[in-house]
Amino acid sequence: MMDLDKIERDLMREVSGVTGIPEGAYNFRVNGKSIGRHSSDKIDITPKQGKSGIDIHIKDNTRGEIAHIPVIISASGLKEAVYNDFYIGDNCEVTIIAGCGIYNCGADDSVHDGIHTFYVGKNSKVYYIEKHCGIGPGAGKILNPTTKLFLSDGSSAELLMEQIKGVDSARRTTEAELGKNAHVVIKERLFTHGKQLAESKIVVKLNGDDSTVDIVSRAVAQDYSVQNFSSHIIGSAKCRGHSECDAIIMDKARVNAEPALDAQNVDAELIHEAAIGKIANDQLTKLMTLGLSRRQAESQIINGFLK
Amino acid sequence: MLKLEGVTFEAKKGRKTQKILDDVTFSVKPGEIVVITGPNGSGKSTLAKIIAGVETVSNGKIIFDGEDITDKNCTERARMGVAYSLQVPVHFKGLTVRDLLQIAVTGGEAFLDENPPKVDSFLEKVGLEPEQYLEREINSSLSGGELKRIEIASVIARNAMLTIFDEPEAGIDIWSFNNLIKVFKDMHKNSSERAILIISHQERIMKLADRIIVLKDGKVALDGESEKVLAAMGDVK
Repeated sequence: MMDLDKIERDLMREVSGVTGIPEGAYNFRVNGKSIGRHSSDKIDITPKQGKSGIDIHIKDNTRGEIAHIPVIISASGLKEAVYNDFYIGDNCEVTIIAGCGIYNCGADDSVHDGIHTFYVGKNSKVYYIEKHCGIGPGAGKILNPTTKLFLSDGSSAELLMEQIKGVDSARRTTEAELGKNAHVVIKERLFTHGKQLAESKIVVKLNGDDSTVDIVSRAVAQDYSVQNFSSHIIGSAKCRGHSECDAIIMDKARVNAEPALDAQNVDAELIHEAAIGKIANDQLTKLMTLGLSRRQAESQIINGFLK
Repeated sequence: MLKLEGVTFEAKKGRKTQKILDDVTFSVKPGEIVVITGPNGSGKSTLAKIIAGVETVSNGKIIFDGEDITDKNCTERARMGVAYSLQVPVHFKGLTVRDLLQIAVTGGEAFLDENPPKVDSFLEKVGLEPEQYLEREINSSLSGGELKRIEIASVIARNAMLTIFDEPEAGIDIWSFNNLIKVFKDMHKNSSERAILIISHQERIMKLADRIIVLKDGKVALDGESEKVLAAMGDVK
């Protein structure tokens, strides 16, 4: 596949599942440049003028197509802000696979700020998958993703956002505005270790009647890492909102969860749940009586939790 | 196969130390089903935890398969062939029934994704349809009875030399109770080398036993053939 070394290929597979040239539309961004771009009949990818990033136009009635837009950084010290805008037509059902992997073996921080904005047409459905990871012995691997969604009447989006390992600092912002009968599901999986810092800020505005949001965040904080999570659901119509933030705290880590609800309509039904705790002792005991060592038991529990 | 010699377990209650188990001595032979019974608070569950290695003795010795395991932790004992079914099943967020049973079969040894251990039969043994349950998360979406049956399946899957059940009948319905009796009978029938230790109040389970041990105030009050102990139990109460 393209001109990538082994580390880059491994990162590419880890964050996007891509091992060769995928079918359909794609844009591969490696070290600040597009090294492969392809539009399909229904998905048109064009570079932005004047700033970094791409415009992705998806025609009405496009169904079952996948667009891959992974990013790899292996040049130490590279700092970039990339703007990708998605214009999704009416009656579509599409999957966007993003994700960013950073390899840093040098002395300078590598930073990728990915700003993704989705304009989703009427009655369309979008699946968005974004995995982040960092490797290498060098300086900071920093990822600051922003995802903005504008959901038209009757449309829906499902977001799966994972930070697997090795990202030193992440400030994640996710915003959504929903029209009538629009739905969004936001699933977040976050693993931090060492002295990492991760922030996740979610703001969802339920503007249309019968709109819904479901936020499910699961996080594990190990070692000295720090996590700040906030979710803010604003219901100004007859709507339903649910936010669930679950975190496992270990070692000397710190987890701060601030779920907030703002009901501006008597028919807004908003719920939040937040729980932070260490791995339950009875869970460890159960797995150890099946023959697992304490370490093995911990990693089974964490892997299951973040699955 | 299993020998307890003068096992004592003390727990701190406020400033005082309380003897939960007091000089408990008994043994279990290969092929035996032994039921441990006794009033609430007599130390039965603590005894199960002590044998499984979840709690450590304050005094005394535990010998398993000829080896002193008093200082071994529960992982080591599990690997030597001790299986332990918890009285209250544990909830796991994210872990599925399939995951748990695969861990039980392999004891944490890695397996290839192309060749995972088969676990359907263990669910069938406890009367649960594998297709309906294998991908379910082990959480409160399952009923207490379902969780208990999955707990029992996870212990059957270990196929261990010594299997300890702590109140296996707790929280399960009549139908699965009959099933449970069948589970014990099958385990017993299939092996003359393996032993089962059951903590129970149920007369039907006691009747299955070769021997019954009655605990009272942390001490062995009676230990003998099941029929004799059942006949004598009135006196202990």
